[in-house]
Amino acid sequence: MAFVVAIIFLIIISIVFHFWSPWWLTEIASNWTSIDDTILITFWVTGFVFVAVNAFLAYSVYKYRYDKNRRANYEPENHKLEIWLTGFTAIGVAAMLTPGLFVWASFVTVPEDAIEVEVVGQQWQWSFRYPGADGILGTAGSEHVSQENPLGVNPEDPYGQDDIIVQTKEMHLPLNQPVHLLLRSKDVLHDYTVAQFRVKMDLVPGTVTYLWLEPTKAGRYDILCEEHCGLGHFVMRGSVVVEEQADYDAWLATQQTFAQTQSASIGNAQAGQANYAVCSACHGANGEGNVALNAPKLAGQEGWYIRQQIAYYKTGVRGTNPGDTYGAQMAPMAATMANDQILNNVIAYIDTLPDTAAPETITGDLANGMDLYQGKCSVCHGEQGQGVWSTHAPRLAGMTDWYLKRQLEYFKNGVRGTHREDQLGYQMTHMVSALADEQAMDDVVAYINTLQ
Amino acid sequence: MAYIPIADQTDEMHDPHSFITKYVWSQDHKVIAIQYGGIAIAVGLIALGLSVLMRLQLGYPDSFAFIDPADYYQFVTMHGMIMVVYLLTALFLGGFGNYLIPLQVGARDMVFPFMNMLSVWVYLLSVIILLASFFVTGGPTGAGWTLYPPQSITGGTPGADMGITLMLASLAVFIVAFTMGGLNYVTTVLQARTRGMTLMRMPLSVWGIFVATVLGLFAFPALFVAAIMMTFDNLLGTSFFLPAMVSLGETLDHSGGSPVLFQHLFWFFGHPEVYIVALPAFGLVSDVLSCHARKNIFGYRMMVWAIIAIGGLSFIVWAHHMYVSGMNPYFGFFFAFTTLIIAVPTAIKVYNWVLTLWEGNIRLTVPMLFACGFIFTFIHGGLTGIFLGNVTVDLPLSDTYFVIAHFHMVMGVSPVMVLYAALYHWYPKMTGRMFNVTLGKIHFWATFFGTYAIYLPMHYLGIMGLPRRYYAMGTTEFLPDSAQTLNANITLAAIWVALFQLVFIFNIIWSTFKGKKADPNPWEATSLEWFTPDNPPKHGNWGPELPTVYRWAYEYSVPGVKADFVPQNMPPEEVVMEDPNARYVGHDG
Repeated sequence: MAFVVAIIFLIIISIVFHFWSPWWLTEIASNWTSIDDTILITFWVTGFVFVAVNAFLAYSVYKYRYDKNRRANYEPENHKLEIWLTGFTAIGVAAMLTPGLFVWASFVTVPEDAIEVEVVGQQWQWSFRYPGADGILGTAGSEHVSQENPLGVNPEDPYGQDDIIVQTKEMHLPLNQPVHLLLRSKDVLHDYTVAQFRVKMDLVPGTVTYLWLEPTKAGRYDILCEEHCGLGHFVMRGSVVVEEQADYDAWLATQQTFAQTQSASIGNAQAGQANYAVCSACHGANGEGNVALNAPKLAGQEGWYIRQQIAYYKTGVRGTNPGDTYGAQMAPMAATMANDQILNNVIAYIDTLPDTAAPETITGDLANGMDLYQGKCSVCHGEQGQGVWSTHAPRLAGMTDWYLKRQLEYFKNGVRGTHREDQLGYQMTHMVSALADEQAMDDVVAYINTLQ
Repeated sequence: MAYIPIADQTDEMHDPHSFITKYVWSQDHKVIAIQYGGIAIAVGLIALGLSVLMRLQLGYPDSFAFIDPADYYQFVTMHGMIMVVYLLTALFLGGFGNYLIPLQVGARDMVFPFMNMLSVWVYLLSVIILLASFFVTGGPTGAGWTLYPPQSITGGTPGADMGITLMLASLAVFIVAFTMGGLNYVTTVLQARTRGMTLMRMPLSVWGIFVATVLGLFAFPALFVAAIMMTFDNLLGTSFFLPAMVSLGETLDHSGGSPVLFQHLFWFFGHPEVYIVALPAFGLVSDVLSCHARKNIFGYRMMVWAIIAIGGLSFIVWAHHMYVSGMNPYFGFFFAFTTLIIAVPTAIKVYNWVLTLWEGNIRLTVPMLFACGFIFTFIHGGLTGIFLGNVTVDLPLSDTYFVIAHFHMVMGVSPVMVLYAALYHWYPKMTGRMFNVTLGKIHFWATFFGTYAIYLPMHYLGIMGLPRRYYAMGTTEFLPDSAQTLNANITLAAIWVALFQLVFIFNIIWSTFKGKKADPNPWEATSLEWFTPDNPPKHGNWGPELPTVYRWAYEYSVPGVKADFVPQNMPPEEVVMEDPNARYVGHDG
């Protein structure tokens, strides 16, 4: 009897959970309402079968429970019943499959008026490429990938010169305009998923895959990688902004073309020395950092990282959080670097400064620190904490340790990395969640101090 | 001198004489079965522990500092691979296949006993290689149990150096072990059935195990070559699966390979693998249901043909695991069609199970509780499979918790329910003693409710878009905080279920030594294994003479017969009728 009650209880629980669960499909933001329809059809058909067969199970177990004075019926076969059941099942299956195949046919057929946008995946970041004025994406391939050309656009291809390169984690799409997303991976498998769009597809190195959709609802949506791509899989996130055509055009106009990214000015160290005077007041004449003034060491840091952070300070991505008082001091200083040329000059000058390891101020359990570092940090920052351009991870070894610890605390407490456009910082906010307490931070920073 | 078949010449049996040959280097299929089972359950407990660690991280992402992302991905990978291959495949085929085939078809042993012995020791070797990867530099592979390249062998994935090499080596060794066992199972079923045991009189357990083994013999080679090719890519620098690529800023010296090719090979093995696990479960549960319902299995011939049809179809549905893999999307039409066709014979099996209960006389023993519980969990898991098999519906659900919930219901919970049903059902035969019934019932109820509490909510997290294989979800724009609360509750349910499995372990160990002595046929079953001259059966199974079979294995509650079951080996003239003048006419399967 208990079993009969249990089955009925589970049937009721399942139905109640289904209808009252707050966890359900997100509000759709694309044309693929037909996919939701196929899900609902499948729910109704399978839900009916679930209730019917289990109710029959419960009823059978109840009605034919053991009675030593009764005999089971002896009926080896019942062809008629079996044929009926087979036919009935086949009809139910066809009712679910047929609409599915029609929807799939429209999914594999890209509309002619769809605009093309390329999505590029790498461990563990998204980047995007839009065709420029010519409406055609230039060719690209991993053989062209370098620090200056991270998307691997073919520099010889005239169609590629005006392509718009978006190196942040945020892409924009125009509202009510079919989009043909071309998916390309530089390294391993990834998967482009936006829950509200309903459709997804893997990115496969060596080939270009695709999907298409028409965004129907303005807003900002998360892009998640949904194909396991290594240690940082869970931090490989981006966002897509769906907006009116005019806003989209305005956004696109602010982005750099491939040609522009290739003609970035070369920094002049000599010219940069004069501009560096402002910096040296806090960061020191040799960029060695100053703990009393809360200024980290700059000498030896990667140029691309300094450039990125200055840009963040200038645009308010960094230095605006109320908890970041030292960042608030830095923001107006960053603003003094009026243009890219000045910034590049300063970076070129910093590159000439003597790189001596910063003094160690933090001690901790080195064995635990090594464990933490190798488990969490080294894939992006490098085994020796040397910094890796492709993962956008700055150098840690030999840099000011008190500063590293403070940044870890900022990431942990949401002071840094929580700004939507901080595509480097947001990964850190996820990664530091595994550093349980201050001791763990001390341990890992102490270990970083031992790296060369 | 009259002709005596070799199987009836007992002096040919070479009984073991020392402890070593009897229990360690044993060629007796029953000892080998228990060795297989013991290793599989031991390694399964490790995988169970790993799943608890994973759930701790998922339920309470900021609380367990000792689980870092690398650990988490390693736990995920090892849990999946151990459960699917080293537990389920080994326990169903190596364990129950070995134990039941000779006993149920009336053979003295497997036809190649020495090879059978090698099989279990090579299996142990594969397990040792697998577990060794926990102790090498970099730890075991964290590539996910699907081991998709390039990720599994390039930087940025835990265990990409030694771990993956050991995993691939272990799989290759496992396949060698399986092949030695599998050839035995198939040959024994085809060649060593006793007098009167026609194919259409075999219990469905044997049918399920037999067809599953045939599937395995065709499917495992695909995994074997994939493992070898990936090892070559990794160690010798070939490019079977690796195209030109830039890994963490470094251009690799590979070009022209196809990552999708690996997925085809993997799933050409991987989908039949689902049925390599499911078909023995289907067979075993049919026998348990029929016996404890005191009723013949409904539609025996249909059940046999459904097993064969499912086995055949399982080879042309593999790419339904790859709808969003970037393969040519037009394949979606074909594979959605074949996949949903497979739902028809599968549904027939479910109908026939419940129709077996209908008009039965149901004894809700511990094995029967698990068998009936299986019907519920399998209906649930089977129906959610229709979502994922239908290519369009798969688009939003693929790679989410819905997939996790589905395959754990259909391929985790359901086969495990059958394993427990079968272990409790045949336990008195294997050990000669009875398990503790109260502990068995506690085990059932805790497991049945606990697993549903884990997996029902998980489907809905998946529908909402929660991705699988995320170490921590952190904040998103679309997931409400309640999703994390639900995840924490799922973790509690998982810990609950894991703890109650220890009740089972305790029960089988304790009862082996302290359990009540069991009757030779405590369930009043009909199939041959319950009629061995000794309980538990001794080496050679049958004493001086092999049994003769007169009918199918489902002769329960025959009208006019005094007992409510007629053993397969009872001559018609010995069947006692209620009316002494009536003549027994039986069913032939």
